[in-house]
Amino acid sequence: MLIKQLYNMFTSNTKEDLAQMLAEIGVKSFDELLPVPQVLLKGNINLPSALNEQELTAEVKKIAAKNKPLVNFAGGGMQEHFVPAAVNALSTRGEFLTAYTPYQAEASQGTLQAIYEYQSCICALFDMDISNASHYDGATALAEACLAATHLKNNKTILYTKALQPNYAEVLKTYFKNAEVKLKEVPLNTDGTTDLKQLETLLKNGAAAFILQTPNYFGCLESAEEISSLVHTNNALLIANVNPTSLGILQTPGSYDADFAVAEGQGLGNALNYGGPTLGIFTCKKQFVRNMSGRLCGMAKDKDGKRAFVLTLQAREQHIRRERASSNICSNQALCALNATIYLTLLGPEGLKEVALKNLENAHYLQTELCKYDGFALKYKAPFYNEFVVTTKVPAAKLIKAAAKKGFLAGIALAKNELLLCSTEVNTKTQIDALVNVLKEVK
Amino acid sequence: MTNAYPHNVLSIEKSVKGRRGVRVCTTSCKAENILPSKYLRKTGINLPELSEFDTVRHFTNLSRLNFCLDTHFYPLGSCTMKYNPKSYDVLSALDNFTSLHPSLPEANAQGTLQIIYELDNMLAKITGLSAFTLQPSAGAHGEFCGALIARAYHASRKDKARTQIIVPDTAHGTNPATAAMAGCEVVNIKSAQNGKVDLAELQKALSEKTALVMLTIPNTVGLFEEDILQIADMVHKAGALLYMDGANLNALIGLVKPADMGVDIMHINLHKTLATPHGGGGPGAGAVGVRQGLEDFLPNPRVICKDGKYSFAKKSKLSIGKMKSFYGNIAILIRAYCYLKQLDGEALKDIAKNAIINANYVRVKLKEYFPAFFDTKCMHECVLTIDKTKMPTVKTLDIAKNLLDKGFHAPTIYFPLIVPEALMIEPTETENKQVLDNFIEALKEIYNKALHTPDALHDAPMNCPVKRIDEVSAAREPNLRWTK
Repeated sequence: MLIKQLYNMFTSNTKEDLAQMLAEIGVKSFDELLPVPQVLLKGNINLPSALNEQELTAEVKKIAAKNKPLVNFAGGGMQEHFVPAAVNALSTRGEFLTAYTPYQAEASQGTLQAIYEYQSCICALFDMDISNASHYDGATALAEACLAATHLKNNKTILYTKALQPNYAEVLKTYFKNAEVKLKEVPLNTDGTTDLKQLETLLKNGAAAFILQTPNYFGCLESAEEISSLVHTNNALLIANVNPTSLGILQTPGSYDADFAVAEGQGLGNALNYGGPTLGIFTCKKQFVRNMSGRLCGMAKDKDGKRAFVLTLQAREQHIRRERASSNICSNQALCALNATIYLTLLGPEGLKEVALKNLENAHYLQTELCKYDGFALKYKAPFYNEFVVTTKVPAAKLIKAAAKKGFLAGIALAKNELLLCSTEVNTKTQIDALVNVLKEVK
Repeated sequence: MTNAYPHNVLSIEKSVKGRRGVRVCTTSCKAENILPSKYLRKTGINLPELSEFDTVRHFTNLSRLNFCLDTHFYPLGSCTMKYNPKSYDVLSALDNFTSLHPSLPEANAQGTLQIIYELDNMLAKITGLSAFTLQPSAGAHGEFCGALIARAYHASRKDKARTQIIVPDTAHGTNPATAAMAGCEVVNIKSAQNGKVDLAELQKALSEKTALVMLTIPNTVGLFEEDILQIADMVHKAGALLYMDGANLNALIGLVKPADMGVDIMHINLHKTLATPHGGGGPGAGAVGVRQGLEDFLPNPRVICKDGKYSFAKKSKLSIGKMKSFYGNIAILIRAYCYLKQLDGEALKDIAKNAIINANYVRVKLKEYFPAFFDTKCMHECVLTIDKTKMPTVKTLDIAKNLLDKGFHAPTIYFPLIVPEALMIEPTETENKQVLDNFIEALKEIYNKALHTPDALHDAPMNCPVKRIDEVSAAREPNLRWTK
């Protein structure tokens, strides 16, 4: 029996093609070709009838219309930043979008050079020696850094600040449930930063690394240099989790001698997309390059001595080392990394600095305006960048609900009377004023 | 100096101090007026300074150095390089999808939640499994999720001694690496002479310590495990679970439901079987499905539907936790959703059938030139090899590079490891006979060159942006970034 060639936009052999091919193969029917026991061929899968492109477009637009985006004042691990049109116009070119991982280097120089430029841009932004080609997201990049640290220090204890993004802490717990890694939380001071005395005590008990986050989950800037020297004096490694746009103006992980620095890189040229695709940025010091996970692109020479790019140091990876690999990672988030590269190239050092300053300006304006009103007070005294916590007289959930009705996402409720707010360069003064007006009226 | 490909010049090398690109915002804010100086950046940022136009030209020209699906036949085995429909790119980029913050109230994200919910259900229908998580970002991430589910399942039964994962020697490298990440001991088993699972070896490896057996079906030599029902039975009798690496699901889609083969847990690479673009290395999506009884172990949070309203379910206490910060690579999930909406049961079968016929056609037509290592009917891909008696100095790498010169992306090479000089060819169903005939012709020409002027093969590629690259020196003295 020949294949019943139904309407199907995804196969392009005609009936005649198939007949000829089966004849060449030397079988009379497809069934004769299929080495699957009859008992497993159980008949049709019951899916709804197939849509043509016009129907599909209408259907998906209808579903999209059920989403009701709000003017964004929420951060908490994903921040909305303006994405210049050129970013997607370039990265969605079929040559980038529909290529696989660059296994055949000579036929993938575009992707490979872009990865090399990504690694270079990230190293420049973070002041770190090495960046890999990307991880799934900030949380998984952090987990991989912790794994490397436990191997390097031959110690299974990882300390992390209580002000670490809570999703990240959850992901670490998932990753390490069976790996005998002990995770210990370091408490905070009343000003919203990590308690250095407690950190010192825990470090003295022995740890592979401490995870610092700055700006931390509550928006507060940590005393990274002091923490770094404390960590290093106690023979542990420092893993910094940072906000990449903030590095336009804030001190870099390299400047405070971080051993590993990771980040959620979505804010660099990638949309929110309800939490993904994300971009896990992973960087480290040079001496750890052979212990790190993930792909690396290197500059090389072809046999004429001409500059070329190629995936390198692959002896760390799963396809070579199998169970002894530094990680199982294979596919990463290459296109998101490309978006970040194009974004950083478009903005340049001055453009990125402007974005960071605008974030600083907007968040401080929002905080100042909001806290002029009774019932809103800045919770932590430590300096902040573009996120901050206010204590609220009216329950935070009620404020969020009321603001949503007026078209605003008024942050994230951290506790009954605590609200985590964020303002980036996408917010206008008019929007900030309007949000404040809404919030102050909620009783 | 003229150069046909001047685009290996880095963006930073085109940089001119003071040149500006896109302006996103304006501000007169000064950081030192708001923040103490100890928090501020002390060094400049060594990023390129280009105009927007420079940048557009730079990346456009870079893109032109790539082979991709849209330009070339790309028969990379095990990667399922099928056409990525353009309408899905457009639909997944609708503002109402892209601008959603993950902390939005559920009521404001009903559309995206509906897609997650319905895609989960459609995948369950196709596989016969009970439920899926769409959180994992890639195949390997899905495998890790699956291995954690297996461990959580055994732990919930107080069956704590199960710390071994059995993997055949044909497995993708991610399988053993995943097992190690899940804190398990890897037990490698040798395949039988016919390239399939050796039942005696499997029986020997199975014990009360076995947590999971990971199999790729069809396996990486493109063969279907005809004894799969017996294998599943052996695994289950030993108290272990059966994991299916779904990298090769394209061969079975619409024809065989993994659940009917006794699979307990599997992942599907949406960027392979479900036609989402691979983006030069991701983002992909590695949806993980489980059979009935294992749903509570899936990652939190799961999406449910009640009275037409979508929401996140209460966290399950048995759940392995979170695989990543949020809910998965949504823009990829929307594309996979679109793909399945354009298919019904019959169309799904057509996909698998065309994929299988295409692979067998290539195998048979090349039989006298590059024989299949296992000379038997294959599924969606065929693994060919070089007859060293005919061409002792020719390597698979030479064949691959010569294909590039003829305008074809190379197959996967040197994998699986059990096949010497492997050429793993997966045409996929979206290619047709005419494309395959051209490809076959190209390989025949390379074959003739290999017989008569084998040394000439080592020069390839000649027609690519660069010639063969010295990978050894690149690894010895790695240059991984620009420096001043």
